[in-house]
Amino acid sequence: MMNSARENILKRLRFNQVKLEQPARNATRLEAWSREQRIARFSECLTAVHGEVHTLPADQWINWLAEELPKRGLQLLLTGSGEIGKQLLASKIENTLIHQYDQPIESWKPELFSQIDVAITGSHCGIAETGTLVLMPDKDEPRLMSLVPPAHIVLLDATKLYQTFAEVIEAEQWAKGLPTNVLLISGPSKTADIEQTLAYGIHGPKQLIILLLV
Amino acid sequence: MNQYRAFYQRIDKALHNNQLRRNFRSAMDGIRQRRLAQFPNDQQLQALRNQAKAIRNRSLTNQADLLEKLESKLIENGIQVHWAETPLQANALIHEILKAEGATSVVKGKSMVSEETELNHYLEKQGIEVIESDLGEYILQMAKEPPSHIIVPAIHKNRFEVAELFQKFHPEQPYSEDIDELTSCARQVLRKKFADADAGISGVNFAVAETGTLCLVENEGNGRLSTTAPRIHIAITGIEKVVEKLSDLPPLLEILTKSATGQPITTYFTMISRPRQPGEKDGPEQVHLVLLDNGRSLIRRNDELIDTLRCIRCGACMNHCPVYVHVGGHAYGTTYPGPIGILLEPQRLGIDKVGSLTSACTMCGACGDVCPVRIPLPKLINRLRADAVIAKPDKNGVPGTGTLRNRREAMIWKLWQQIYARPWLYCAFKYLATRLRRIKPPLSNGWTRYRPIPTPACRSLSELARQQGFDDE
Repeated sequence: MMNSARENILKRLRFNQVKLEQPARNATRLEAWSREQRIARFSECLTAVHGEVHTLPADQWINWLAEELPKRGLQLLLTGSGEIGKQLLASKIENTLIHQYDQPIESWKPELFSQIDVAITGSHCGIAETGTLVLMPDKDEPRLMSLVPPAHIVLLDATKLYQTFAEVIEAEQWAKGLPTNVLLISGPSKTADIEQTLAYGIHGPKQLIILLLV
Repeated sequence: MNQYRAFYQRIDKALHNNQLRRNFRSAMDGIRQRRLAQFPNDQQLQALRNQAKAIRNRSLTNQADLLEKLESKLIENGIQVHWAETPLQANALIHEILKAEGATSVVKGKSMVSEETELNHYLEKQGIEVIESDLGEYILQMAKEPPSHIIVPAIHKNRFEVAELFQKFHPEQPYSEDIDELTSCARQVLRKKFADADAGISGVNFAVAETGTLCLVENEGNGRLSTTAPRIHIAITGIEKVVEKLSDLPPLLEILTKSATGQPITTYFTMISRPRQPGEKDGPEQVHLVLLDNGRSLIRRNDELIDTLRCIRCGACMNHCPVYVHVGGHAYGTTYPGPIGILLEPQRLGIDKVGSLTSACTMCGACGDVCPVRIPLPKLINRLRADAVIAKPDKNGVPGTGTLRNRREAMIWKLWQQIYARPWLYCAFKYLATRLRRIKPPLSNGWTRYRPIPTPACRSLSELARQQGFDDE
């Protein structure tokens, strides 16, 4: 049944050949933004959708966590097994427990879904035009980290802030192949399904905090 | 004529529901303003629409090749591809996959194609628990109602109705009419479902042939959860969703989110190219894609109506439709409401079944003006109206062509044509119509249901002009 469905569909598509008009591409190109402009736009967009952006010197993020996590009552911190996780485990943050995502999800699903307060991950790059983080989760930073805990802290290297999504795809030659998942994240999880009123944290993080490292 | 009666009854019901009308009115007003705010420069908007149209036309022109390319890339990436001609085939395929893996519980992300196939109903009959995880869809699942809008499915419900539903189905949660609290209640309830489900089912917004990538556009994160937390992910989509290249995505994504909800981008844009790889700690071990035809390949037979397939399901046409705003999505009685529903559903289901939908259009043109891929909706809806009453149906035309032809109506038009084509007959008719103007045909429905039949003037304009001394020239 399945194969005949495939053949039948393709046959019908080929039988009904069409040549549709393809108007010339005349989309206007944006002028190139400076680094400062990109940072400003990125922060402005994310702040507008309830994201937080903090610009920090690259070596200060652990200090920032040490200061802010207790203030915000975030106690159980989830890290990956990559560089960020290693640095955190080597440091001492008072009143914060660090859990490393080093086991397959099947072995600790209930804990992940109910106990973790906040996760911290890196990011692949950022997109200034829309205030977007690009994440490419891998075995060191699994994809549920950026989704299940109620708060998500992301480190972003300010030199990796592109202007547009199109620019990222072109500059990084994505057409040659993509990893398991590529995630574009532009704010905390939200919904407007009841009376078109915005509410945050419906399924994913309620808080999205970006530490922009300069 | 039964379909007309049923349709008009649903419309009447909707028009008499003031709460429903207020809910729609305020929601649609807000959504339109937000869309407008995203397009401050008309020239740029028009350029982007041209670009989006070109991309979709290129996809449709090469659709068979692109689907084959998509299939081979997906298989190369480890994603299994299935083809279905009918809703029943698609449902059966999905059930087979679940059965083979012993899966008994499913969480679903939003998918209009699964509404088309009535997948939930099918799976539940097979003893599989299906939970809708999009907040709007979940509310409707509790209320046992279909979506009334393709983007904001529960737009017709207000917070009090939602609060009642939560109280009825989740009495363990504290009662609240506050939207933030209702949202966090839904988070708690659905969290357990995500953690426990065996499989996740989602739709697809764009399927990229170049890299074998399935893309999902959403704000809530339920799409991501459905496609990441369970061990099996099954995506279902219409065959027209394929696009050629990754570089096609940025313009389509931009115009989709801006047109749909007035957002520059949604919170999440997820690109799935593979199942879980060795060493990875989460994600589904199996990913499947079900490609559904369900009448789409036949729409291509007509070089005008094929434009229907460009649609990227943003919902802007219904947001701007004066009829939709008043009657809401349920009145249409089909999976897709609003202008795109009026255009698509008769082609999919047959004019003999739902051709009456075409009467729910004022030809105001708003939908065509906002459509991000420039589907000439009013023109095509008008064409379907003509197809519906055509005397000699074309075998390759829309299913049910000519079935709404009414002999009495056809005869009246024929008579009108005869009279107006013959000057002497026309003069005689005019003379009689003005002299016997008190005798009016007894029409009881349609236009005259709420309006009196106009009485012809006692003298025609040309007679009056002649009396005033104007000559025929």
